[in-house]
Amino acid sequence: MSSTLKLDELISQDYKHGFYTEVETDSVPRGLSEDVIRQISAKKGEPDFMLEWRLAAYRHWLTMSEPHWATVHHPPIDYQDISYYAAPKSRKDGPQSLDDVDPELRRTYEKLGVPLEERALLAGVAVDAVFDSVSVATTFKEKLAGLGIVFCSFSEAVREYPELVRQYLGSVVPYTDNFFASLNSAVFSDGSFCYIPPGVRCPMELSTYFRINARNTGQFERTLIIADKGAYVSYLEGCTAPMRDENQLHAAVVELIALEDAQIKYATVQNWYPGDKEGRGGIYNFVTKRGDCRGDNSKISWTQVETGSAITWKYPSVILQGDNAVGEFYSVALTNHYQQADTGTKMVHLGKNTRSTILSKGISAGHGQNAYRGLVKVAKSAVGARNYSQCDSLLLGDRCGAHTFPYIEVKNPTARVEHEASTSRIGEDQLFYCQSRGIAPEDAVSMIVNGFCKEVFKELPMEFAVEAQKLLGVSLEGSIG
Amino acid sequence: MLEISKLHVSVDDKPILRGIDLAIGAGEVHAIMGPNGSGKSTLAHVLAGHDHYTVTSGEVRYRGRDLLALSPEERAREGIFLAFQYPVEIPGVANIYLLKAAVNAQRKHRGEPELDAVDFLALVKDKLQLMGMSQDLLYRSVNEGFSGGEKKRNEILQMVVLEPKLAILDETDSGLDIDALKVVAGGINAMRSPERAILLVTHYQRLLDYVVPDRVHVLAQGRIALSGGRELAQELEMRGYGWVEAEAANRRKGGA
Repeated sequence: MSSTLKLDELISQDYKHGFYTEVETDSVPRGLSEDVIRQISAKKGEPDFMLEWRLAAYRHWLTMSEPHWATVHHPPIDYQDISYYAAPKSRKDGPQSLDDVDPELRRTYEKLGVPLEERALLAGVAVDAVFDSVSVATTFKEKLAGLGIVFCSFSEAVREYPELVRQYLGSVVPYTDNFFASLNSAVFSDGSFCYIPPGVRCPMELSTYFRINARNTGQFERTLIIADKGAYVSYLEGCTAPMRDENQLHAAVVELIALEDAQIKYATVQNWYPGDKEGRGGIYNFVTKRGDCRGDNSKISWTQVETGSAITWKYPSVILQGDNAVGEFYSVALTNHYQQADTGTKMVHLGKNTRSTILSKGISAGHGQNAYRGLVKVAKSAVGARNYSQCDSLLLGDRCGAHTFPYIEVKNPTARVEHEASTSRIGEDQLFYCQSRGIAPEDAVSMIVNGFCKEVFKELPMEFAVEAQKLLGVSLEGSIG
Repeated sequence: MLEISKLHVSVDDKPILRGIDLAIGAGEVHAIMGPNGSGKSTLAHVLAGHDHYTVTSGEVRYRGRDLLALSPEERAREGIFLAFQYPVEIPGVANIYLLKAAVNAQRKHRGEPELDAVDFLALVKDKLQLMGMSQDLLYRSVNEGFSGGEKKRNEILQMVVLEPKLAILDETDSGLDIDALKVVAGGINAMRSPERAILLVTHYQRLLDYVVPDRVHVLAQGRIALSGGRELAQELEMRGYGWVEAEAANRRKGGA
């Protein structure tokens, strides 16, 4: 057997989270129209301002066309063949606690290795689980409420905290931003909302699990996180999805707002169904994530581990408005089989002495295509701005591809921008070398991949690093010395 | 320790080794010499289990077991070590991490508890001194940016840490200056013991001035053409490899 075959075998392990949960769903008919939007809004009991915002977004969306500048390819999406709302039936009675949650749902999470209650209790993580489009479980709310922290589903926030929502919704990603963000604004079903009041340090990692389940249901999550002056919050988002045949559209929007001296850390482990070995099925993940360092000395960090989806199209960005603001982007993106990823970040320097760091690690295997696309923009006002970017690519086998598209626009002469890039390959000679030292080839691959990713994994909270390790199907490198 | 009988090996259907017979006992040091392309490195790689080479016939027994039935990592865990002629670079993986993973894979295989970071570092520090290597080499990526000499020393460091039962050194002396050669030879000599066998694969007899072999074998056209004591190496140094085949052919005739 040649080592190429061996490599292929190692990297073609089946998607472990491929199962389908039978839960009755309550969907609106397929297709998109103002009626459908009114229906969604009515089902959720939203105030008028929300409906008006959705309709404005929809009308704007009608004037736009699907973007095609990314290095990804997919058949045309029929937006009239998508069901824009599905909620688990159990929600009608409104689960009051975890015990009230549909046992089928709880088993689903358990199969994924995310036993909610254990995780919540043992790890001190508050979990706002999203099953399809509606939150079904929220924990630790009381403890957080004691500190004045609001952490709830987006729907609840719209009803309970309409003023906060009204003030911040769309203030980072306006409904006119881009095709998929506009679509999301019109039809978003649910998501998470978080507000940390001035001076409060959120005592636990906040976490959300997303999951696509009902067939032909687009997922349109919306997340809004606000850290008020001097506040701190670390937010974890992770998701897996069951195996299925047809492609599914996922167009989420995440908005982060950090006011003066505030800090937000946002970490993602993304494992949507990537399609089968021939490239059939899989999720289209077209996401708009953006943070706004609105106040002086504020800081926003994005850390992402992207292993799933047929297509990933995602650029978590930071707008550095406040003076001395800091933006960070740490990313590991893995593409295998026929997966495509076009991902990266945008760092927009507006304030004085703003700093940004970009560290991107792309891993391609099989026929996977991995592109880093990043923009570093330094405005005239950004005196003393600094950026450091590093983009590394790792190739497994010789049928995959890695591409790097760095864009740099500097309008201030005092700015300092550095960019470094590298490409390497896991070779059969490396595997044999490890084997000849007694290390099994799968452990060798995992050792090499983890060695490649360790600078990014270091940025993840401990329990999430474990999750990342699982999702990469490899074990984390132990720390020595 | 190691018995090779009638070993035939091909690469891409092209025969490279055409009937090797060789026995190495515990406590012995053997040198395999021969001109370029004679199959020396092939033999080293076949013993380590590289799947680029196809064994078409013959047998290799290692400590009473069928060696060819074992995967490369099983061979390593059973005490076989190959020092590479061209050590491989592994960016991102710290040298000490590879070494610890290797030691613990072996210990696990033997049913011994794995070493923790502290014990392991203590173990490595001693050996590091023996090889005249600085500690920061441990924290650099495996062989990445190492000089030729550093790479070879690193191979010998791995060997002295792993304490194999059968060490195969493939052209470990090539590309070394005289000082580095002495250090490497010192490492190899420190490994000599009644329980251990060492197989040196080399083109020149230079290394054999420092590591004195019990037996010398000359490989030519895929066969062991000639075997002898250490003086054979010196003869080769003077006379080159050309006469060996003729000599072997004569002997075969004489014996017939």
